[in-house]
Amino acid sequence: MKPVYIHSVASISAQNTVDETAFLDDLVFYEDNVLPAIDPNYKDFIPPTAARRMAKGIKMGVVASKLALNQAGIDKPNAIITGTGLGCLRDSEKFVSAILDNNEQFLTPTPFIQSTHNTVGGQIALELQCKGYNFTYVHASVSFESALLDAELQLKNNEATNILVGGVDELGDHTTELFKLIELIKTEKVSSKALLESQTKGVVYSEGANFFLLTNEKDEKCYAELIDTAIFNTLKKDNLPTAVEIFLNSNKLNPEHVDLLICGHNGDVEHDDYYEVLTSGIFSDTQQAFYKHLSGEFHTASGFGFWLANKILKTQTLPEAVKLNHVKNSEFGYVLLYNQYLGENHSFTLLRKC
Amino acid sequence: MDQGVAITGMGIISAIGNNVAENYASLIHEKKGISRIQKIDTIHRDEIMVGEIPVSNDEFIAQLGLPQDNNYSRTGMLGVLAAQEALKDARIENIDAYRTGLVSATSVGGMDMTEKYYYDYFTNAECQKYIIAHHAGDSTQKIADHLGINNQLVTTISTACSSAANAIMLGARLIKSGKLDRVLVGGSDCLSKFTINGFKTLMILSDTYNTPFDEHRKGLNLGEAAAFLVLESDHVVKAENKNVLAYVKGYGNANDAYHQTASSENGEGATLAMQQALKVAGLNPKDIDYINAHGTATGNNDLSEGRAFINVFGDKVPDFSSTKAYTGHTLAAAGAIEAVYSVLALQNNIIFPNLNFKTPMKEFNLIPQTKAKQKELKHVLSNSLGFGGNCSTLIFSKNA
Repeated sequence: MKPVYIHSVASISAQNTVDETAFLDDLVFYEDNVLPAIDPNYKDFIPPTAARRMAKGIKMGVVASKLALNQAGIDKPNAIITGTGLGCLRDSEKFVSAILDNNEQFLTPTPFIQSTHNTVGGQIALELQCKGYNFTYVHASVSFESALLDAELQLKNNEATNILVGGVDELGDHTTELFKLIELIKTEKVSSKALLESQTKGVVYSEGANFFLLTNEKDEKCYAELIDTAIFNTLKKDNLPTAVEIFLNSNKLNPEHVDLLICGHNGDVEHDDYYEVLTSGIFSDTQQAFYKHLSGEFHTASGFGFWLANKILKTQTLPEAVKLNHVKNSEFGYVLLYNQYLGENHSFTLLRKC
Repeated sequence: MDQGVAITGMGIISAIGNNVAENYASLIHEKKGISRIQKIDTIHRDEIMVGEIPVSNDEFIAQLGLPQDNNYSRTGMLGVLAAQEALKDARIENIDAYRTGLVSATSVGGMDMTEKYYYDYFTNAECQKYIIAHHAGDSTQKIADHLGINNQLVTTISTACSSAANAIMLGARLIKSGKLDRVLVGGSDCLSKFTINGFKTLMILSDTYNTPFDEHRKGLNLGEAAAFLVLESDHVVKAENKNVLAYVKGYGNANDAYHQTASSENGEGATLAMQQALKVAGLNPKDIDYINAHGTATGNNDLSEGRAFINVFGDKVPDFSSTKAYTGHTLAAAGAIEAVYSVLALQNNIIFPNLNFKTPMKEFNLIPQTKAKQKELKHVLSNSLGFGGNCSTLIFSKNA
C-alpha cells in the first residue's frame, strides 16, 4: 500500500483563508448566529458571464478547487471527489419556490440543473476537461470524510496518483430560516470568542469550500500525510474511547502518540459533550484545539478542520485562537480530528507530519 | 484478473412490483408499470406518464410499523423496504456478526416532503419534523436505523442518474480493500414535483410510453423505485456457506466533461466507463453477453449511448435492451434497479425485452432485443449515465 500525502490546501470560509501564505493571522470575530463565507475575488478565477449563472456554493467550489490545483501545479487530476451535505441549496430553493409560487408554470431549467448535488464536481470536471472518476458524497457531517476515505482507498491501492478532494456547502436563506425555526441554529447571536460558553441549543451556521490535492507521491511541498479516515453512522458516548483506540491501534498507534486532538465543538449544549468524553478522558493530557467558532458549523465544516490540521503540521504552529486547553507541545507529529453532528455521523481523521 | 465481489441478496420495489419475484414476473410477461400520475397533484398530469408505485405513504407507514410521528420521506420508506428484502434474501439475521456497512444513493432525498411543507413549516409545527429529513443522507440513516446497522461505515452518493451504480462500485471497492466484510449497496428515489418540473423544463419528458432506442422516441418517463444488493467478502461467503447470486466483476466511472446535463454526441464518457469496467473485470468486449442499457429514451441519451456501444464493441454489439419502458427512469435508484435486473438475467439466462421499440434509429444500425430471449449468459454489462457528465458501468458475472 502506498502512503497518501496532502500536496495542497485551499479554503474559502468565514475567515480570511484564501491567501495560502497566511495562517489565521487576521482573524474575524463575529457576533452573530449565521456567518456568510468571505467572498474571494471571483473575477480572478471565473469569467464574469459564467459567474453570473453560478450560485455561491458553485463559485466557492470552483475557486477553491482552482487554488488547490494551482498550488499543487496539477492541471488535471486523475479523479475529483466532492462532499456536500446540502448540495446546491440556493438553486434548490429557487426552483421549489418557483414551482410553488407560480403553480408549476414559467419555470426555467437553470436552477434545476444547478440544484443537482454533483453540480460542483461536474462543473470542475467540465472546466478542466477532466474525464476521470468523479464522485459526490452527500452524507451529512461525513460528506467530506466519505470523499477523503474514497480518495485514500484509491491512492493507497495505487488506482490513482493524484486526486482533488473537497467539501462545499452554501447557506440558503429559506433553509436558514427553517433551521432557526427548529433551533438547529441558535436563536440568539453569539460572540465567536464565547461560543463554547453559550450553554444554548443549536449552532452558529455558516458555509464554505475546502479543497485539497492528495497524491501518493511525496515532495517537499507536502503539507502532511493522511494516515487514515474512519466514519461511523452512530456511536454511543460510552463507546467513543474504545472506537478511538481501535482506530489508532489499527494504525499501530496509541492515544499517547497523538500530539494534538482537533475537535468539532460547535457550541450546541446538547451535543458538545461527545467531545468532552475525549477531551476530559483519554486525551486529557493531550494538546487540544477546536475551530468552529471561526468557521461556523455546516455539514462540510470538518473540511475546515482538515485544512487547519494541515496548516498546523506544515507550519508547526498552533494559532492561539484555536487552543482548547493549556497543554503545550514542542512538536506536532500526529494530529487526530474528531467530528460529529447532532450525535450522528462521527469521523476520525489521522494526519502525520511529513 | 481480479476476483469479483459476491452478491448474496437483493431487494427491490418499483412500479412493476413490490419485491424481486414480482419484478421478474413483470419483466418476462412484458407488464409495464407506466401510467398517469396519481399520488402527486401536478398540472402536468395529462402531459406526462410515470412509473409510480401504487402504494400510498400511509400504507407504507402501516406496512413498516412506523410510529405516527415518524418523519420518513417516501424515499426513506422505499429504501427501507428494498433493503429489508435484500437482507432477508441474504439470510442475514445477526447484522453485528460482521462489519456491515451501507452505501445508498439518492437525488430526491427528502424533497417530496420539503416541497409539500415548504411554506407551511412556518405556521404548522406538526410538519416541522420533516425539516431535518430533507438532506440526502437522511433516508440512508433511516435505512441503517431500521436494519440495526450501528457504529458502521454508512454513506450516501449523489451523482444524479448514475448514483446507485456508483454506490455499488464503492461497496465493491470497500469489500475488496478489506474495509468491510459486508455492505448493503443501492439507492432510492421517489417521485416529486421538483423532478417532474425539472425534467419538464428540460423538455425531455415523453407524453406517452417511453420508447428506448426508437427513432421516434419522445423522451423519458420518470419513475420511483428503490433497490439494494448485499455484497459479501469471500471470507464471509466461505465461513457462512453463502449462496452467491452473482458477482460484481467490473466497474468504471468516467466523466463526459461535455455539458452540465447533456451527453456528448460521440458518447466519450460512456465509452471510457465501459472500457474501464472491462479492464477491472479482466474481460474483452466479446465476453459481454448482454447489455442492460441506460436507454432513457431521450433523443440525446440513446444516441450518445448507442455510439458508445459502437466505440467499445465495434460491429459486434452484444444483445442489448433498456428496461426503462417498464419502470420509467428512476434517477438515482436506476443503477440499483438495473443491477437487480442484470442479476436476474444471469440467474435465469434471459434477456429482458426492450418494450415499445418500432423503428431503428437512423444514425446507426442498432436494434435492441425486443422479445424475451433465452440464452446462456456469463457476463452482463449495465450502464448508468447522469447529469454532470457522470458515466458509470458495472459488469455482473455468474462466476468470480
